[in-house]
Amino acid sequence: MSSTTDPRVAGGTRRRRRGPRTWLATLPLLTFTGLCFGIPLGAMAYGAVTRTDPASGATRVTGEHLARSLQGPYLGSLIGSVQLSALTALVGGVLGVVIAQAVVTSRSAGLRSAALTASGVLANFGGVPLAFAFIATVGISGVVTQLADLTELGWNLYSFTGLTVVYLYFLIPLMVLVIAPALDGLRPQWREAAQSSGATARQFWRHVGLPVLAPSLLGGFVLLFGTAFAAHATAAALVGGSVPLVTLKIADALSGNVLTGQENVALALGLDMILIAGLVMAVYLPLQRRSARWLR
Amino acid sequence: MLSSSARRGAAVLLSAAVLTTLSACGAAPDQKSGGADGAKNGVQPGAATSVADFGSLEALAAAAQKEGELNVIALPPDWANYGEIIKAFEAKYKIKVNSENPDASSSDEIAAVKSRKGQKRAPDVLDLGIAFARSGAAENLFAPYKVTAWDKIPAAQKDADGRWTNDYGGYVSIGCDAARIPTCPQTFADLLKPEYKGKVALNGNPTKSGSAFGGVYAAALANKGSFADIQPGIDFFGQLKKSGNFIPVESTPATVEKGETPISIDWDYLNAGYADQFKGKGVDWKVAVPTDGVYAQYYSQAINKEAPNPAAARLWLEFLYSAEGQNLWLKGYARPVLLPGMTQDGTADQAAVAKLPQVQGTPTFPASEELDKAKATLAEKWDKALS
Repeated sequence: MSSTTDPRVAGGTRRRRRGPRTWLATLPLLTFTGLCFGIPLGAMAYGAVTRTDPASGATRVTGEHLARSLQGPYLGSLIGSVQLSALTALVGGVLGVVIAQAVVTSRSAGLRSAALTASGVLANFGGVPLAFAFIATVGISGVVTQLADLTELGWNLYSFTGLTVVYLYFLIPLMVLVIAPALDGLRPQWREAAQSSGATARQFWRHVGLPVLAPSLLGGFVLLFGTAFAAHATAAALVGGSVPLVTLKIADALSGNVLTGQENVALALGLDMILIAGLVMAVYLPLQRRSARWLR
Repeated sequence: MLSSSARRGAAVLLSAAVLTTLSACGAAPDQKSGGADGAKNGVQPGAATSVADFGSLEALAAAAQKEGELNVIALPPDWANYGEIIKAFEAKYKIKVNSENPDASSSDEIAAVKSRKGQKRAPDVLDLGIAFARSGAAENLFAPYKVTAWDKIPAAQKDADGRWTNDYGGYVSIGCDAARIPTCPQTFADLLKPEYKGKVALNGNPTKSGSAFGGVYAAALANKGSFADIQPGIDFFGQLKKSGNFIPVESTPATVEKGETPISIDWDYLNAGYADQFKGKGVDWKVAVPTDGVYAQYYSQAINKEAPNPAAARLWLEFLYSAEGQNLWLKGYARPVLLPGMTQDGTADQAAVAKLPQVQGTPTFPASEELDKAKATLAEKWDKALS
């Protein structure tokens, strides 16, 4: 993948070696993947399609949990998660690219290193600390809320919109980190060549810039989508049950004081999440291959 | 290797058993088989169903001290005075209490029982939400045990076989910071008033938190609902959300102290505890049990069937259901299950009783089926009503 996403090395690796030796080298990776992803996935799939009767201890196969995970509030939470992830990935992706482009094309090396370091830190600043930082700043009794009277303006941190803003806080820096190397790879000569051939800036981006960046942009979008989709702690600390999200629903079903016997539905929801992530990847991979083709 | 040594071990055990039975036949007064464990009548501590199986409370205490430890789970020290209860038990019986994961939920407790079967770290005793007490009993996870005070516990508050027994509970109440709210709401109907815009919180998500669930149930009772019909309660919170009064922040001691949740629906013992905790910190926390929606709920005590410290587990229960244990809960503003009887015979701590929020009448409880139905309705409808 890296050979296709980074145009600088794209030219050099055309000749592919395929043989038993290369397979051997991937064996540790495959074993690791098989163990660390395969076993939990298998256990999850098994739990999602079986049911153990508490009294007799007999286990039987059933589609009941998967069916329930696609109905009513569970379906609502899946849709809510997809909506939130798609929206935040899109907004975060666009803003991230704009910021990264500004940083990359600026002549100041200081700004560049400062922006990239800050992005590295902020992209990993998620979870409960982030939620509390926001609560203290723009929550109901937050400092800024009190000073600027945000409540009167209709601001509500504990809502879908509020959650979107909080997610963007770590998604935009993540996009900057991911896309900056690709923007570096857009060689100035290409732009100069386009300009001397009479292309406008718009034409340059339309026919050269965006096609070259497309694989990285798509990759960034998928990464952002996945990060937002799997996020749990921030949302749990911030909105609790008031914005339906699938990760929160799984936590409710696994660990609660009210509903009993929901563990298998939680596993089924986990399986649904993997399927959705798989679908996103399935759309991304062929597109990426297509747009990467002419880079070689 | 392992299986062969295990087989050898089994053979040794078997022959030993044969030998002891043979020799027992000869001896006239049967040597009690559980002699080393201090149980009388040949009953192992793990099979004892009442203190009589040990002979006396002293014998039980001796057996428990031999074990020396007690594993508890999901007992927050600032919840219903559990911190002091654990300390009092340790001091009285010289038994070390290992408190694991104080903030765990009922389903975490059940999961710990299941996943640590046969391990020394398994929890001995459980403090469960009623639904989990019932489902755990159905799954045969608990040891039946009837404490000395068994007969004084109302029939509706215990399992007939003694697999679980209600321990303490409280009423759904409305806590309110009088320093920020000019007039505190007294009823559910009050909460709809426009003056409480952006002020009313629940202490959790009712599909997950038992107390928040109680809040919705009480709201249902206040709005012409019943134990069988929780829908009016869901509608009430939907209305509260629409009017902008409801805030989705889940109230905790932290949000109460910061003034983020100036009105919080929660158990009366927690709300009353906050009043003490935040006195002098700019929070004047008042507690009212709403007269239009009176709902009480009790937690239940159960012993892990495969408790690693079976005698200590039983001693813990005897301690909790003694006047001393019950008064300690009372001190934490929780209403212990034996309170009515203790008020009559004068063993209740009068000062603590006087500090409880006032409630008229005696509590009633939903039947198992009603509770299940209410939960199913809530799980189905809550998200939609609130979004």
